Amino acid sequence: MSILAFAEQRGGALRQAASETVTAGRTLADAMGVELTAVLLGPPSIASESEKLGRFGADRILLGRDDAYTEYVPRVYVDALVHAANDLEPKVILFPASALGKDLAPRVAARLKAGLASDCTEVRVEDGRIVAVRPAYGGKVYVTVAFKGEPAVLSIRPRAYMTEESPRDAEVNALSAQPDPSQALTKVQMAEGAAKERPDVAEAEIIVAGGRGLQEAEKWSLLEDLADALGPGTALGASRAVVDAGWRPHDEQVGQTGKVVSPPLYFAIGISGAIQHLAGMRTAKCIVAVNKDPEAPIFKAADYGIVGDVFEVVPRLTEEIRKLRSEA
Amino acid sequence: MNIIVCIKRVPDSEGRIAVGGDGASVDTQGVKFVLNPYDEFAVEEALKLKEAAGEGAVTVMTLGGDDSKETLRTALAMGADQAVLLKGKPSIDGLGTAEKLAEAIGGREYDLVLFGKQAIDDDNLQVPAMVAELLGVPSATVVVSLDVTGKDVKAEREVEGGHEIVEFELPAVVAAQKGLNEPRYASLKGIMAAKKKPLEEVDVGDAESRLEVIQVMNPPERSAGEIVGEGADAVPELVRKLREEAKVL
Repeated sequence: MSILAFAEQRGGALRQAASETVTAGRTLADAMGVELTAVLLGPPSIASESEKLGRFGADRILLGRDDAYTEYVPRVYVDALVHAANDLEPKVILFPASALGKDLAPRVAARLKAGLASDCTEVRVEDGRIVAVRPAYGGKVYVTVAFKGEPAVLSIRPRAYMTEESPRDAEVNALSAQPDPSQALTKVQMAEGAAKERPDVAEAEIIVAGGRGLQEAEKWSLLEDLADALGPGTALGASRAVVDAGWRPHDEQVGQTGKVVSPPLYFAIGISGAIQHLAGMRTAKCIVAVNKDPEAPIFKAADYGIVGDVFEVVPRLTEEIRKLRSEA
Repeated sequence: MNIIVCIKRVPDSEGRIAVGGDGASVDTQGVKFVLNPYDEFAVEEALKLKEAAGEGAVTVMTLGGDDSKETLRTALAMGADQAVLLKGKPSIDGLGTAEKLAEAIGGREYDLVLFGKQAIDDDNLQVPAMVAELLGVPSATVVVSLDVTGKDVKAEREVEGGHEIVEFELPAVVAAQKGLNEPRYASLKGIMAAKKKPLEEVDVGDAESRLEVIQVMNPPERSAGEIVGEGADAVPELVRKLREEAKVL
């Protein structure tokens, strides 16, 4: 009896999502009194990363080392996970709700004929049943669901479980199945030159988001300067209006038809606060709003607000943050 | 090229969502329903591909009740050729719905099945990949660019910090992300024509739910915080508060 947690890697290094998934798994394993097994698939060099999973609470590590696991190829990954699930008969299988996890979890659930709860913010045991809380309608409601059968498959929303260390000497076992790349239905490669320096908006510690109040796409350099001053964990975000206007790429959109985010700190710059935007960022720990309109709905959700011209306030903010960072 | 587009009727994103009297459902009274925004990209892509191929048909399909006919007509008005209503209730999780769709799709001739990447009501983001698994065909989800040449497909999908290029062969399943195209508006002529296009109804029964809903809640309202001040002069005080009160800097 155990819990299976999928540990995501990219380029041979564990992603933040891996430690968060294992942390969520540890919490649940303690509540259920069962073992936690982390599954790690990656290139041969991945073995050196596996010990980190013990630090976040994995009792065992099931390791698949093969060049075929370097990139995420759905069929190859699904086969490995289904094999592991059939071997271990886990009660629960956890994935991160990352780009990879959102693609992989439904496939595994379909093959196992199991229920899947996506993008969960909380998982717990209630009267012996696995219960999960998840946002729906772009965060306008939170739905608590219970699983009727086993295994319960869940994907965990980024930043819902802050990484916690719970070190132990994890036993590493090789995955008994060998990958068969000839079974792959798709060929995958990363697009060249597309890699961004900043973290994804769904995974960032700080988000600097801009709206129509910035007036034109060229003004984003102001937000980039602020993001640079805040540090490498900072992502840029955007309202739907500016994405629809073509000022910013869609992968930065926050809200119901974009990403639902919960960073520790969120700056809403020149964003009025439409309902579908508020739903997507209201679980941020601290919200700062800068807007020239004192009646803008964003101020009703913000912890701190400055009423004023974004073109004056934002450069000053960048300057003050730089000062603060240089003192630290 | 024969394309099946799976669509869903969902509440408009501009509206509030109220909790039902039982505390375990959503109150849909007075709610405006629309074609799921991501499905608009899927319908548009299907129409473009059919136009480029110069042959074939675009079939829109949904699992739902009679009120979903309106949504199917919306897609027909955009230019789809025919519609199929699978009469039954979708499941709470994605798999039951995927099973009903895969069963219906598997019995038809198709080159490509298109979906929106997720429905903005349940936000499950499960059904397209599940249908692909059940049909045993290649697939790509969260697709922002699609190139089909003969049987060869090249799709770009959004991942953190970049794009992935996925290559595969038809028949296949593709789920559309915003940015794939600019969906067309239905013309008046299209809306009139849609009324006469074939809409097939098949009773398929309710999909099996492997989850049950215990509670639906609106998140607690955030209480309005404080206006630190006006203009750039308020910035030092804001930074002090972020550092000392909120402890987030």
